[in-house]
Amino acid sequence: MSAAAPETRTANAAEGVAGTPAAAGTPRRRTFAVVRALLRKELLVELRTLESVPAMSLFAVTTFVVFHFALNRNTVDGDLAAGILWVTLLFAAMLGVNRLFVADADQGGFDAFLLAPVERSAMLFAKALALLCYLVVLELVAVPAFGLLLLGPSLWHGLPALVGVLALGDLGVAAIGTLVAALAVRTRARDLLGPLLALPLLVPIVIGGARASSPLLALGSQGEPAARWLLTLGLYDLVFGLIAFALFDFLLED
Amino acid sequence: MLATLLRPHAGDVRVLGSSIPEQSWQVRGRIGLLGHEPLLYRELSARENLRFHARLHDVADERVEELLVGVQLEHRADEPLRSLSRGMVQRAAVARAVLHDPELLLLDEPRSNLDPAAVELVDPLIGAISGRTRVICSHDPGGGLAEADVVLGLRDGRAALLRAAADVSADEIGELYR
Repeated sequence: MSAAAPETRTANAAEGVAGTPAAAGTPRRRTFAVVRALLRKELLVELRTLESVPAMSLFAVTTFVVFHFALNRNTVDGDLAAGILWVTLLFAAMLGVNRLFVADADQGGFDAFLLAPVERSAMLFAKALALLCYLVVLELVAVPAFGLLLLGPSLWHGLPALVGVLALGDLGVAAIGTLVAALAVRTRARDLLGPLLALPLLVPIVIGGARASSPLLALGSQGEPAARWLLTLGLYDLVFGLIAFALFDFLLED
Repeated sequence: MLATLLRPHAGDVRVLGSSIPEQSWQVRGRIGLLGHEPLLYRELSARENLRFHARLHDVADERVEELLVGVQLEHRADEPLRSLSRGMVQRAAVARAVLHDPELLLLDEPRSNLDPAAVELVDPLIGAISGRTRVICSHDPGGGLAEADVVLGLRDGRAALLRAAADVSADEIGELYR
């Protein structure tokens, strides 16, 4: 029987049941443990509800089909192909960004987290990692679908470099998306405010990603993205990663 | 505000000897909050929810199992919370609130949705017998008075009554709200 009477509770604490740290160690190790727990919870909730990733993937594939008919072209390449790919990924990502904190806001997850003696940035890292996972799954569906439905040149030659460009873009989307989603989710107009705040901040990622991808998706591509656009994307990721890290505590507490 | 979730606009707030919000970090983890919302994820099971909270509070999994048995949820512990009754969810919320063995319990209508048997079940955890300092919000003057040492009656957001429970009657409290 463990609905503990006072003496039992005291005994438990003395025996280290309730009071024993599960992840004793340095504060950094403790933060890693919390990030892991938050990320696990995030992915479990998504696996059970399937609210974000399927919607993102379906949106992307549908958009490619719409582009196919709207442009009245069987294939695209170069700048146009890169533009279509990145704009589609951006809007698909917004679906995930908008839902990123909804369960926490609606089911008390924020309050429960704020009551715990943990680093607030743990939630930023966990949410950004979760969003990153969603984006990777989205791209695993969307990029092959793009190659099949719209892209003229073979995707194969430029694929390794394209994966690198996408990864840089994903890091930026994850940092900005998490920051904006945390800001918007506690407002009444969260579905409107999220995209309104995020899209202008994400435009440089679309520009950088599209320019870097364009040579990879061109006819007769040699598979070399422009280094300056990769650098631009990397710097943008770094700046917004730092901004998100600096602001997240205040967003969560206030 | 006592749970450190809201910032005071004016005045001085101290919880467990620490000034709020400047020293909120000192009291987090020493407070257990049981409010209207269970603060649990509906798609996760009671066990998954409690294990998640155990990670946040750096508590061992053994404590989770102990509390699941304590609130008699061990047989339904792996079902999503959304499939459980309100009473079962409230029992899981009680387990969540005391998971980290808090010094101070903040309880808002803690026995709502609980039948008499469930009330007996959670009493050792959140009742007077738990030995914890408790702040209870209740709309039941008689019930609240029965387990209080000090009574604070609020009217229009201001303290209208602050006395030892022994010197206050349920009728007197009821009058405040008429």
